[in-house]
Amino acid sequence: MSIWINKDTKVLVQGITGKTAIYHTEQMLEYGTKIVAGVTPGKEGTCIEGVPVFNTVERAVEETGANVSVIYVPAKFAADAILEAVDAGLDMVICITEHIPVMDMVTVKRYMEGKKTRLIGPNCPGIITPGECKIGIMPGYIHQKGRIGVVSRSGTLTYEAVHQLSQRGIGQSSAVGIGGDPIIGTDFIDVLKAFNEDENTDAVIMIGEIGGNAEENAAEWIKENMKKPVVGFISGRTAPAGKRMGHAGAIISGGKGTADEKVRVMKSCGLHIVDNPTAIGETLVNTLKDNNLWRSEYGV
Amino acid sequence: MNIHEYQAKELLSKYNVTVPKGTVINQLDEATSAAWSIETEIAVVKAQIHAGGRGKAGGVKLAKTIDEVNYYANEILGKTLVTHQTGPEGKKVRTLLIEEGCNISKEFYLAFTLDREASRITLVASEDGGTDIEEIADKSPDKIFKEVIDPLTGLTDFQARSICFNINIPDSLVIDTVALMKNLYKCYVENDCTLVEINPLVITEDQKVMALDAKLNFDANALYRNKDILQYRDLYEEDPKEVEASKHGLSYISLDGNIGCMVNGAGLAMATMDIIKLYGGEPANFLDVGGGASEEKVTNAFNIILSDNRVKGIFVNIFGGIMKCDIIAKGIVEAAKKVNLNVPLVVRFEGTNVDIGREILDNSNLNIVTAETMGEGAKRIVELIK
Repeated sequence: MSIWINKDTKVLVQGITGKTAIYHTEQMLEYGTKIVAGVTPGKEGTCIEGVPVFNTVERAVEETGANVSVIYVPAKFAADAILEAVDAGLDMVICITEHIPVMDMVTVKRYMEGKKTRLIGPNCPGIITPGECKIGIMPGYIHQKGRIGVVSRSGTLTYEAVHQLSQRGIGQSSAVGIGGDPIIGTDFIDVLKAFNEDENTDAVIMIGEIGGNAEENAAEWIKENMKKPVVGFISGRTAPAGKRMGHAGAIISGGKGTADEKVRVMKSCGLHIVDNPTAIGETLVNTLKDNNLWRSEYGV
Repeated sequence: MNIHEYQAKELLSKYNVTVPKGTVINQLDEATSAAWSIETEIAVVKAQIHAGGRGKAGGVKLAKTIDEVNYYANEILGKTLVTHQTGPEGKKVRTLLIEEGCNISKEFYLAFTLDREASRITLVASEDGGTDIEEIADKSPDKIFKEVIDPLTGLTDFQARSICFNINIPDSLVIDTVALMKNLYKCYVENDCTLVEINPLVITEDQKVMALDAKLNFDANALYRNKDILQYRDLYEEDPKEVEASKHGLSYISLDGNIGCMVNGAGLAMATMDIIKLYGGEPANFLDVGGGASEEKVTNAFNIILSDNRVKGIFVNIFGGIMKCDIIAKGIVEAAKKVNLNVPLVVRFEGTNVDIGREILDNSNLNIVTAETMGEGAKRIVELIK
């Protein structure tokens, strides 16, 4: 049906009493997401939008059976919030918070080794399975239920790609923003693997950007393992070296992490590369047709 | 955040890392007394700017006499150095470090940085010190050695020793070098560094291990808990527009073109620059207004773009998520009222509250061109400034 989240996912909101969290809790509930609990230390017994608030994640899980959490906690306290969610044995934690110090994430990743919890983010828009469950900050209405997987390091660029698909009547199985930080929980390959195994995903759009070599590694993995076509886009072709382009992870340093090199490797591994960000939807359509994956329900 | 070499050395000495003795001067008349404090036969006059490649650009000189120190200080102080890292406009030298010279027996390369794939700090070392690591990687990749550090244990003795043997540190100096590496790691972790680079690390003829140069970068997101480091910030080294933007919590980077951009989200902001270029234009900046921007923040962003007198047109590209289009619209209208907007403005809105946003712009009586897609918007702004 989708990857990782669906209509049965029971969501817990960490930091639920904050202004941003309240707004997005409203939005998620409106979309139909099953939000069963919130956590803010010292606020147990209160309710936000009808959702009961608990002092600890452990308590919230005990009382409500929540299995996935989303974090809207300020950067100073976000690493601790992730640790708490992992300790409580949740299946997945989605961390929206940006500006978390790198050293905090080094500790978090070390702590998570051998634990069952999957972390998405930090500094990401979240994950959505259209028509079923939206966890994060993406605008729900641009999405449409369907069979295309979307994975991206950037938030707004994910919306752009999703919007281009929906406008053409092409829905998405799930869309995942993996985050723009140098250390993230779930990488391209994790998401690609899940889409590869999901029988309701026909093709994938992968959106990368300058910095690091996650896109190159993913491309190599695709070449060896992926059974479905992948359309790729890399932002930052015009970005100067040595400057952090907003995202902490988006930096060309020591001649590494350039868009050109990423595009070169991705092409050589068989991805369908889009040069113009407004042509993502169109390229996906052509790719589906070329691969005999076009379905009659598309293009409505 | 970057700091100067002299500041890096000051911080490293607090961690018992041996560095050459030196004096910092900002005025030419301080050069003589600085030179008198040098106890070695050779003094080194070093320009302090936030960029590498100073030596090749004439920013590092060896002086044998007090007169020579004065001569070089006079030559370098106030000069604009152009290196491969400064860009063509170069950087003005406001500070000099006058340092004791030493007799080098061998140079090494040593650095701690984040290994993104491993999500851990990594120690990188080579016995080919003194040149850029990129150059070493290019010429002799087999001479680069790495140790990935487990945050649970920190850099262990055996890892540090292993590096020492691999880069051929003399046996008699292994204990000292291991201690130095562990001190550097401690400095990295305690101050939330993103880079600690010692190039070169030297062994002197009298068998001392010393950090001859030092480059330290810090995690901007962790400065709230490293107040001492924040004091090292040198605003002269930063683009004034970038400094102004950071005050308002905006992510702004100056570029060389003439089309001002205001976008939400880093990925979309980069893609917007790319598409402008694709249609034959040149972006003047990268500007991410971020997620939870207020009307005021948008007005500030607009003012920063307009303060760049090379800007001949503006392209606003917003895909509302957390960010609502009506907030951006109000901010733009507010800013346009205050400043006399005399360059073309193209706005593309999509996402949260797009209809309200478009309505606000339509009712503003401002001369704004609206576009449905980012492609159309980019094309329009490129045409309009021709």
